[in-house]
Amino acid sequence: MGAAATFGPRISGVVRKLPTWPVYLAGMVPGGWLIWRALTNQLGMDPVKTLEHELGLLSLQFLLASLCVTPLLRFARINLLKFRKALGLLAFGYLVLHFLVWLFLDLQMRWSTIGAEIVKRPYLTIGFAAFVLLLPVAATSWQGAVKSMGALAWQRLHRLVYVAVLLGAVHFVMQEKVWSLESLLYLAAATLLVGMRFLWVRSW
Amino acid sequence: MFKPDLTRDDVTPESVWLNRRQIIAALGAGSIAGGLPLAANALEELEPHTWEQITTYNNFYEFGTSKSDPAENSQDMVTDPWTVKVDGLVDNPGEYSLADLIGDIPTEERIYRFRCVEAWSMVIPWNGFELNKLLNKVGVQDGAGYVAFETAVLPDVMEGVKFPILDWPYKEGLRLDEAMHPLTIMATGIYDKPIPNQNGAPMRLVVPWKYGFKSIKTIVRISLVAEQPVNTWQHSAANEYGFFANVNPEVDHPRWSQASERVIGAGLFGSRIDTLMFNGYADQVASLYEGMDLRKNF
Repeated sequence: MGAAATFGPRISGVVRKLPTWPVYLAGMVPGGWLIWRALTNQLGMDPVKTLEHELGLLSLQFLLASLCVTPLLRFARINLLKFRKALGLLAFGYLVLHFLVWLFLDLQMRWSTIGAEIVKRPYLTIGFAAFVLLLPVAATSWQGAVKSMGALAWQRLHRLVYVAVLLGAVHFVMQEKVWSLESLLYLAAATLLVGMRFLWVRSW
Repeated sequence: MFKPDLTRDDVTPESVWLNRRQIIAALGAGSIAGGLPLAANALEELEPHTWEQITTYNNFYEFGTSKSDPAENSQDMVTDPWTVKVDGLVDNPGEYSLADLIGDIPTEERIYRFRCVEAWSMVIPWNGFELNKLLNKVGVQDGAGYVAFETAVLPDVMEGVKFPILDWPYKEGLRLDEAMHPLTIMATGIYDKPIPNQNGAPMRLVVPWKYGFKSIKTIVRISLVAEQPVNTWQHSAANEYGFFANVNPEVDHPRWSQASERVIGAGLFGSRIDTLMFNGYADQVASLYEGMDLRKNF
């Protein structure tokens, strides 16, 4: 009991003194490394697909990481709240890149196809919906937005993340040719992290 | 009389095609700027992909589901000696050694487009022989309407078959007229070298106007049957994969468009081209499907 009870707060104490910019910087490393490998032809035989998939995965990973912040505070009393925005914005940044790669490198601006694909393919509709849902969330990620919107409205809006992460994970599962354990584990993680919020707050 | 539309003469010297790659890359960049898709016809002068591309980017789920798995995991498979069971409605059924089965059928080069159902493509210089020669040798009996094929299941060397990703053994089938068509070959080599394990050693089917999954690898059984067999992907998801699986830009896979394809090795830009009806072999094979609804028989 004693160790566990002091471990969290002790970490939180250290965290409080850290600036947030290293999180942004560190979060850009995997994406930067990926883009570097793409530009230097190190992404294998089908670089567009690899780049597209890896960016989508990074987005999902950062989104899931941002959803771990509250449970960590609740269960382990580790306070990483000050990094949550960075994690969320990194996730959004990777999602934008994922979408851009799909538009410009994969479908290569075949606009009629792009429109038809988003409407016709459920996994793309779902992925696109996740992106759209995150637009207002990202747009209100700055400090002033909480004040101008009011904390309650801001919080409600940001619950869209719960829907988006589930859609993102489903999008991942659905694009596989056969059931893949990896994508199912991501869906399980997303379901778990969102599900515990439902248990915490019964009435929204 | 059938004449393959691609021969050794169509193979461009490396220096020239490397140069052309740059032009194609430039065209690709241009097409981004202008929004003009690069049609497959623009690449009519087909150049085979490199040995490395052909042998390291494979779908062969028996050896793992990632594209690099087959090359990495298939090297312990021993394909000599190799036995192929021939059964069903044939005059000479039996368990043949591969050498006996092929006998004196000469091999020739066939440079074919290869279009995966996942919407990527390559051009591959196969070495092989027309399947009809093999079928005539074993003697197809009246009443046989289809040919069914099976891939080996070798749990000692195939990691993938330990998991029920698909219903092993992998199965495929062709209607008899498709099997007898001169474009349909059994391949035993690529670039005049023995076909590598990851590409389906020691012998695989190649049906260039159909999606790649029809071209079953590492064959251990050939059966002449009366009824249309169920192929593995159809068994796995009948709404997504049919028996015929002809390359058709107008009939989409439920989850993605088949109207265009990414050419492997074309880089980050300009890698997408329009998909051709019957993968560019419409002149040779369209007559096989006259009167059939290709949307239903996908």
